[in-house]
Amino acid sequence: MSWLYLIILIPFLYAVIVPLIFKHIPQIHTGWFVLPIPVLLFMYLAKYVTFVAMDSPFIHSVPWIPSLGINYATYVDGLALIFGLIVTGIGALVILYSIYYLSKEREALGNFYVYLLLFMGAMLGVVFSDNIIVLYMFWELTSISSFLLIAYWYQRKSSRYGAQKALLITIFGGFAMLAGLLMLANITDTFSIREMILRADKTTAHPLFLQSMVLLLLGAFTKSAQFPFHIWLPDAMEAPTPISAYLHSATMVKAGIYLIARFTPIFGGSMEWFWLVSGVGMITLFWGSFSAVKQVDLKAMLAFSTIGQLGMIICLLGLGSAAMYYGPVKEAALCIPAILAALFHLVNHSTFKGCLFMVVGIIDYETGTRDIRRLGGLMGLMPVTFTLAVIGSFSMAGLPPFNGFLSKELFFTGVLNASRLDIFRMETWGMLFPVVAWIASIFTFIYCMVFVFRTFAGDYQPQKLEKINNEPAWGMLLPPAVLASLVILFFFFPSLLAQYLLMPAVASVLPGFVEASLGIGPIEAWHGWTPELIMTIGVVVVGMILFANYHKWSRFYGYIPVWFTLNFAYDSLLVKTEKTFEKITRGYMTGFIRDYLLYIFAFFVVVLAGVILMLNSFAFNPDVNNVSMYEVVLVFVMVVAALMVLLSRHRLVAIISLGIMGYLVAMFFVIFRAPDLALTQLVVETVTTVLFLLCFYFLPDLKNKIGEIGFKAANMAVALGFGLIVTVIALSAQSNRLFETISWFFENSYELAGAKNIVNAILVDFRGFDTMLEILVLCIAGIGVYTLIKLRLDSRKVSSKNR
Amino acid sequence: METLMAIIIGILFTIGVYLVLSKSLLRIIFGTSVIAHGTHLLIITMGGLKTGGPPLLDGRAVSYTDPLPQALILTAIVINFATTAFLLVLAYRAYSALGTENMDHLRGINDNE
Repeated sequence: MSWLYLIILIPFLYAVIVPLIFKHIPQIHTGWFVLPIPVLLFMYLAKYVTFVAMDSPFIHSVPWIPSLGINYATYVDGLALIFGLIVTGIGALVILYSIYYLSKEREALGNFYVYLLLFMGAMLGVVFSDNIIVLYMFWELTSISSFLLIAYWYQRKSSRYGAQKALLITIFGGFAMLAGLLMLANITDTFSIREMILRADKTTAHPLFLQSMVLLLLGAFTKSAQFPFHIWLPDAMEAPTPISAYLHSATMVKAGIYLIARFTPIFGGSMEWFWLVSGVGMITLFWGSFSAVKQVDLKAMLAFSTIGQLGMIICLLGLGSAAMYYGPVKEAALCIPAILAALFHLVNHSTFKGCLFMVVGIIDYETGTRDIRRLGGLMGLMPVTFTLAVIGSFSMAGLPPFNGFLSKELFFTGVLNASRLDIFRMETWGMLFPVVAWIASIFTFIYCMVFVFRTFAGDYQPQKLEKINNEPAWGMLLPPAVLASLVILFFFFPSLLAQYLLMPAVASVLPGFVEASLGIGPIEAWHGWTPELIMTIGVVVVGMILFANYHKWSRFYGYIPVWFTLNFAYDSLLVKTEKTFEKITRGYMTGFIRDYLLYIFAFFVVVLAGVILMLNSFAFNPDVNNVSMYEVVLVFVMVVAALMVLLSRHRLVAIISLGIMGYLVAMFFVIFRAPDLALTQLVVETVTTVLFLLCFYFLPDLKNKIGEIGFKAANMAVALGFGLIVTVIALSAQSNRLFETISWFFENSYELAGAKNIVNAILVDFRGFDTMLEILVLCIAGIGVYTLIKLRLDSRKVSSKNR
Repeated sequence: METLMAIIIGILFTIGVYLVLSKSLLRIIFGTSVIAHGTHLLIITMGGLKTGGPPLLDGRAVSYTDPLPQALILTAIVINFATTAFLLVLAYRAYSALGTENMDHLRGINDNE
């Protein structure tokens, strides 16, 4: 039996005891107690690498809601394993880093580590779940834990703003994704992703194919901060830096990439998927790199850089999906490098971007600022940090000897191959991809240079810094150092990574292609004077020139008007929605009970009239019973008394008329063969009239001059409508006997209950419990009446409380 | 007879709803009473009128009027009495504490002001 499903649960279970540890062992940093969890999980997952490399995926299923076909199924293949290792590996490093970054005296560490473990469990759940409903649940849980972590310093307004923005955008996408997943489940008639992939051929022809694809992609694009939904990621940088390194660059934002890769076997090969995924990715790559250059906050720069790099990975996945169009034949070989490049860059990006975020955290921690206008010349103060920054950013810029060089070369291979495709109208538009990719790479190169040289070279400005410290503690340097050494290691031994992790993952994105051995070459640093290498050299040369003349052309960024930005659109949309709905709510929530009652009665009239008209259920049969003279008199007196209650200007007349009505009802009961009712009604009516007369003494006289014409007309209309509806219902119910009476049962009351009065037998025997509860209602009303009369609150106190 | 009853029940409901929609608290209580009368008559009419003798097993009648609506109405009368009493005392207390029984003046306090 596999313990796999436990690795998802362990973070959640451990999260329960973290607050206790934080409360009872305050002298030791809580992070030390959390650190073993990701380390153990990482080691456990690493055990699977060799199995998965031999192409034997693991599945373990526990029924959760079997009646709905929802199983808690965990599934490990190459793709899931890459993500699992990143989540636990970076997680361990980030927790180690946070131990030194967050002070155990000042910070609410209990909350921090609970949210972090919550996220870790949710993220593992996303990548290892096979059931789409479970996947969706964990997906939303990552959004929620991200929200909590962004708002960790909730005292700051900007943190709350950023958290709200991230939540609104990602949950919007999540809902869209849920709809898409449900459509997909409807098409394929299964909730399991593996089953869906097996039945993928059924989906393409289905009329809901395109809709489910677009909805699913909305979820992926919002999560992975793709244009135009990328605006939440820069604001999410309000989170503590370890969180930015973990959630907002290495793991959570890659959930969208996971989703796209996971569903490529189902949607890949269609033109819409190809163009949507690669097009949006390409636009995001360009826009992210372009915007990153102008940032002055180091974290904002990294945020836009992350947006761009995510766009690049998604673009590659889109280009590679064309392989599904061909199937596992020779032509598809052009597309497979793109998928390989996407997965390779996914790993590389986690290493170098995690490293860079931690470097920014160190700079912020030691100098008190992240503003590159105030920083400079830190090379002498922090030589180790400087080295790490160089490794990270040069890898991001795509320079050797770092792993970013390899994946950038593969990226160029991918776009160049794509431009040679002759399907999906690529023969016309194909050249766009290499050109945009090349321009975006130049911008990437520029901001990498800005990052390193504005911070560490240039003039040292100690007067602008809040504090000046040297290198931080080893615990803050070790995690980025580990990542930096991986950056170099992957450059020299890429085939190790490719064999054990990347190729199994390619096999799960493009099932059946790796076995076909289409001659995918090994990843190599040197492969001759290829167009890719020439493109890279071009990037470096042009990038150097533009960086040197940065001050001359950077003014261009100032020309973009504020109202043209997406952030402005988001803010005004939020404000306007809030204002509009406040206006609407204030419009009908008047605080005046008559208005509320009017809505209720009008709703009744409209719904009932609508139902009667739609079902055409009005029926009218003339009577069987004749009307005798004295009944007509009773009815006449009844109407007159009711009108008196309505029209009288004096309370006394109204009360007496009401009493008359009550006694008339008793008379009706006599005619209608209901002696018990008549007796009860007589007694109750007498007591009620006495009560009215008692209160009459205390209440003011009726004013007839209340309300204007419009007010009365509206009331009159609703009242007439209501009365008419009741009459129509009474007549229709009278004329339609839908089922036989059940009252014969009670006519055996003497045999069943020993009572000769059937009505009494029903009350005290057949429905005795109802009567008991009725007495309870009487008791409650009695207590209420007593309390109202006896209770004397100080009137001044009441008024001051209300104000 | 049922047709006549249906019409008068409609009239009672019209008057009751109109009273409930007015501004005076006392009129609202009148309105609930009128609606209650209308409801009782409606229930007993629905069961069919004068289809037999009164539901008493004294050996004189062969068939009986439907006893079930009568049991329901008996409960309704008592509950109606309880709520009317409660409403009356509420009106009295509201008037003595706040000095008005005009519902227009008894709106809640605006939270934002």
